[in-house]
Amino acid sequence: MFLNNLLLAASDPVVDWELFQSSLWPMILNGIQYTIPLTLISFVCGLVIALLTALARLSASKILAGIARVYVSAIRGTPLLVQLFIIFYGLPDLGIVLDPFPSAAIAFSLNVGAYASEIIRASVLSVPKGQWEAGYAIGMTHRQALMRIVLPQAARVSIPPLSNTFISLVKDTSLASLILVTELFRKAQEIAARTYDFMQLYITAAILYWVICFILSLIQGRVEKRLDRYVAK
Amino acid sequence: MLVSVKNLHKSFGDLHVLQGIDLDIEKGSVVAVIGPSGSGKTTFLRCLNALEMPNKGTIQFANDQAMNFDKSPTKKEILQFRRKSGMVFQSYNLFPHKTALENVMEGPVVVQKKNKTQVRSLAESLLQKVGLSEKMHLYPHQLSGGQQQRVGIARALAIEPELMLFDEPTSALDPEIVGEVLRVIRDLAAEGWTMAIVTHELKFAEEVADHVVFIDGGVIVEQGPPSAILKNPKEPRTKQFLNRLLNPV
Repeated sequence: MFLNNLLLAASDPVVDWELFQSSLWPMILNGIQYTIPLTLISFVCGLVIALLTALARLSASKILAGIARVYVSAIRGTPLLVQLFIIFYGLPDLGIVLDPFPSAAIAFSLNVGAYASEIIRASVLSVPKGQWEAGYAIGMTHRQALMRIVLPQAARVSIPPLSNTFISLVKDTSLASLILVTELFRKAQEIAARTYDFMQLYITAAILYWVICFILSLIQGRVEKRLDRYVAK
Repeated sequence: MLVSVKNLHKSFGDLHVLQGIDLDIEKGSVVAVIGPSGSGKTTFLRCLNALEMPNKGTIQFANDQAMNFDKSPTKKEILQFRRKSGMVFQSYNLFPHKTALENVMEGPVVVQKKNKTQVRSLAESLLQKVGLSEKMHLYPHQLSGGQQQRVGIARALAIEPELMLFDEPTSALDPEIVGEVLRVIRDLAAEGWTMAIVTHELKFAEEVADHVVFIDGGVIVEQGPPSAILKNPKEPRTKQFLNRLLNPV
C-alpha cells in the first residue's frame, strides 16, 4: 500500500511496467558485473588486511601496533566518500591515476580492513587464555597455537559482526557511482536521467540491494549453524 | 633423578609467590604437592613447564642442560624445555572445535610432525586406556567433566612427555565423578610415569604418591614420604593445614 501510494504521488500515476521491465535487467546486469565483484573483492582483500592489522595490534611489537592503530583511526575517523574521492580524484595529483573500479576496490578494501580488524581483534581476545596455554602445553609455538587453536575459535565469534560489515559493504558500493563505476545504482541514475522516473528506478534499485542483503543473511545463518556444531549451548 | 629444581623464585609484580623452591623428582615417582590456596603450589607446577616464567633459579632434566631463569631463556629454549612435560589443567582446556580424538592427535601431528596414521592408532589406544573408546568422535561439549578431563590426560600423554603435570585435576569435578579420573592417574602411576600432582585429595595422595610436598607461603615447609607428612607432620603449619582439611567445620 505504502509503496503504491508513493508511486502514485510520483510524477507518473501508476507504475510504468514497461519501464520496469526494460530497466530491471540492465540494473541486475550491472549489479552482477560490478556491484557483486566489487563487494567480493573488497571483502576478501579487506579481511586479509584486517587479519594482519589485528595481529599487528595484538603483537608485542610497539611499532607494528602503533602503525595498525594509526591506520584504523585514520579510516574510521574519515568518511568513506572522502576516502573514495582522495583515491580517485586526489591521487592523480601525485601522478597516480587509477581506473574507477580499482580505485573503488582499494578504498573499500582499506575501509573493511579497518573495521573488520577491530572485530577480529576482539574475537581473538574473547578466546580464553587456557586455550593458548593448552596449545603451549602440547609444545606448540605461538604461531601454531594462534593458527590451529585460537583463530578457528575466534572465527566463530566473529561471524555475526563480520556479516554486518559485509552487508554494509554491499550497500556502500553504491557510493562508487560517484567515482564513475557503472554499478547497480549508477545504472539506475543513468536510466532515471533519461526517463525522469526517479522514484520508480530508485525504489527498484533499493529492492535489488535488499534482495542481495537478504540472500547474504540467509547464508550467514547457515554458516553460523555449521560452525555451531561443536559449540556448547 | 629426572628433574632437579633449585632455588626457584617467581613474583607477580610485588607479590613474591615462590620464594626459593628446591625439589628433586625421582624418575618413575609420583610427587603430590599440597598446601593452602594462595600458597604458590599451582604457580610452582606451572613453572615446571614454563607456562609461568620463573624469575630466578634453575630447573634441570636428567641428561639435559639446566634451564637457567636468572637470564631470560630464548623462545627456542622454552619450547624445548616445555616439550619435556605434559600438563593436565584444572579446567581441562580441551580444544572445543576438535573431537576427543583430534584433541589427542593434535600434539603429535602438529608439533612432533608424526605420521598421521600412526598417531591415530596411538591416540585410539590412549583413549582406550582412559576408558573413552566409544566417545572419541564426540566434541568436548558432548562429554561430561570427568570424560573431558580423561581426554585431557590422554592429550598430555600423547606427546610422550618425560614428566606429567596435573594441576588440581579433580577440583572442577562433581564428587561422584572424581573417582574415574583418579583411577586413570593411579593406573599411570602403576605404569611408572613420573608425575607431579597438585591436589586436595589427601587420601589419594597418601595412596598414590611416593613423595609429598607441603608448600606454604611460597616455600616448601615440609616434604617426605606420605606416611611421614600426612600422618606424622613435624611442622606446626603442616599440622594446622591437615587439621583444617580433615575437620572443615
